[in-house]
Amino acid sequence: MTNQNLALRAELIALQDLYISTLDSDRLEAWPDLFVDDCLYQIIPKENVDHGFPAPLILCDNKRMLRDRVISLRHANIFAPVVYRHFFSGLVFEQDGEAIRMECNYLVISTSLEGVSTVYQAGTYRDIVVRIDGELRFKEKHCVFDTSRVQTLLALPI
Amino acid sequence: MIDEVFNPQELVSTDGSQVAYEVFSSQEIYDLEQERIFRGPVWNFLGLEAEIPNIGDFKSTFVGDTPVVMTRTEDGGLAAWVNRCAHRGAMVCRELRGNATSHNCVYHQWSFDTKGNLLGVPFRRGQKGQAGMPPEFKPSEHNLHQLRVESFRGLVFATFSAETVPLEEYIGTTMGGYIKRVFHKPVEYLGCTRQFANSNWKLYMENVKDPYHASLLHLFHTTFNIFRVGMKAHCETDENHGLHSIIMAIKENQDAEAGADYKEQKIRSYQEGFELEDDSILALIEEFEVVATNHIQPIFPQLVVQQIHNTLVARQLLPKGPDKFELVFHFFGYADDTPELRKLRIKQANLVGAAGYISMEDTEATELVQRGTVRDGAARSYINMAKHQDGQTDTLITEKLIRSFWTGYRNLMGEVATGAGA
Repeated sequence: MTNQNLALRAELIALQDLYISTLDSDRLEAWPDLFVDDCLYQIIPKENVDHGFPAPLILCDNKRMLRDRVISLRHANIFAPVVYRHFFSGLVFEQDGEAIRMECNYLVISTSLEGVSTVYQAGTYRDIVVRIDGELRFKEKHCVFDTSRVQTLLALPI
Repeated sequence: MIDEVFNPQELVSTDGSQVAYEVFSSQEIYDLEQERIFRGPVWNFLGLEAEIPNIGDFKSTFVGDTPVVMTRTEDGGLAAWVNRCAHRGAMVCRELRGNATSHNCVYHQWSFDTKGNLLGVPFRRGQKGQAGMPPEFKPSEHNLHQLRVESFRGLVFATFSAETVPLEEYIGTTMGGYIKRVFHKPVEYLGCTRQFANSNWKLYMENVKDPYHASLLHLFHTTFNIFRVGMKAHCETDENHGLHSIIMAIKENQDAEAGADYKEQKIRSYQEGFELEDDSILALIEEFEVVATNHIQPIFPQLVVQQIHNTLVARQLLPKGPDKFELVFHFFGYADDTPELRKLRIKQANLVGAAGYISMEDTEATELVQRGTVRDGAARSYINMAKHQDGQTDTLITEKLIRSFWTGYRNLMGEVATGAGA
């Protein structure tokens, strides 16, 4: 993954920035629209990926499931109010036919109502991005996390 | 002195309906639990045989908060030993899982076989005239601390105590029958997820014995019409000590009355109008004789067998201090799963675990209790739902399994004190 296409690189960074901004500014209803309809989104511990085990924390294999997740966490699930701040680094990518494979580190800092900030999750995004009507969208997004011990619960998307 | 630390008369009422909150935060009680429960006459769940199918396979885990390693031995059997070198106490195995026919302590290279027997000690006989171990040194006296290990239907358990009754007897006929319901054919391990909560491990035990909270805390059930008071329920404890139990929600025809009950009582869980865009997550492929949406079965103290729709999990409950516990969700399927069924099991992982639609609130609730009770150790909980009808097994509106748990806990924590008094 050593693609040096700077224009494409700028577009991919802009996509990750938009993704993170959508989550961190609590615009969750807009989050599914960053994916194509037949997308794959999962949050899975690195230890499972390393051993070839499929058990995920969250797995959505279409955009409707992403919207269901948002409705559930808005209306059904109960969890303490929390603010996430996402950071990413080390972005690399390569062209794979029509699609682009992209990887980067991510870090999520969570801040509780009491005002304590902690590292909630560190991991890598392993993404497949495609262009739909001129816009880059996620075909696949795998959040492969190192922080295998999930603190308390995971309600909000990563 | 021991009685001063844990006085059953003061902390847990005989019928288990009142418990002093101190049991959730006291370091002394926690330490005593490690001795009397986790190192006492119980079988602790370590993992699935399917996690270590090949000779030399191993997994690091815990009994209580003691690090142990379970292994597949050369003869195809199972072993478990405390992960503490017999020499100077270093952890021998430093990986979560892997395959090895010998385990070497990095500190001084003492090596042990899969059963924990000492294989070799560097410079045991010295070198070039320099002294080695004293002549009376016998390797067989310096094995790793080996635990008794037994498995039941592919579930691996260990015990520190020579007194513990055989595993099958410990589980009991009734609970064994329910385990066989889920473990009725060979399973395949699908990986694990881990969840960490800032609360006492017994609060989670209460939670998995508490059908009363299911439709009230977990609003996903009622919001999307999955599970309601009014379904055919079954709640039962084991016949020996009351520490194991089962809650089942058995599928019947949709009961229109149940929704009406909620509306009348204006309980916040009733919401009309929400529909899942993709309801395949709630599919239920019928694969058991008794068709149930939920099978929640704690086998005290470290295991909860779970079947929710088609997702199958052996949850391992590990105490990490008076106010911390970890849950390890061991996902599995059957070896003969069709690709469709396997896909559904993995998709339904969305329902359970740390991000589970119908489970994420559990640790939220246990942490709320931990925080609410921290400075009120002498205050007591009130666990009386359906106490006047304890014999009833076909209801979810009951706290009898929790009362039974506390009575069993009281006996277990009190027993040694009585015996040791002489």
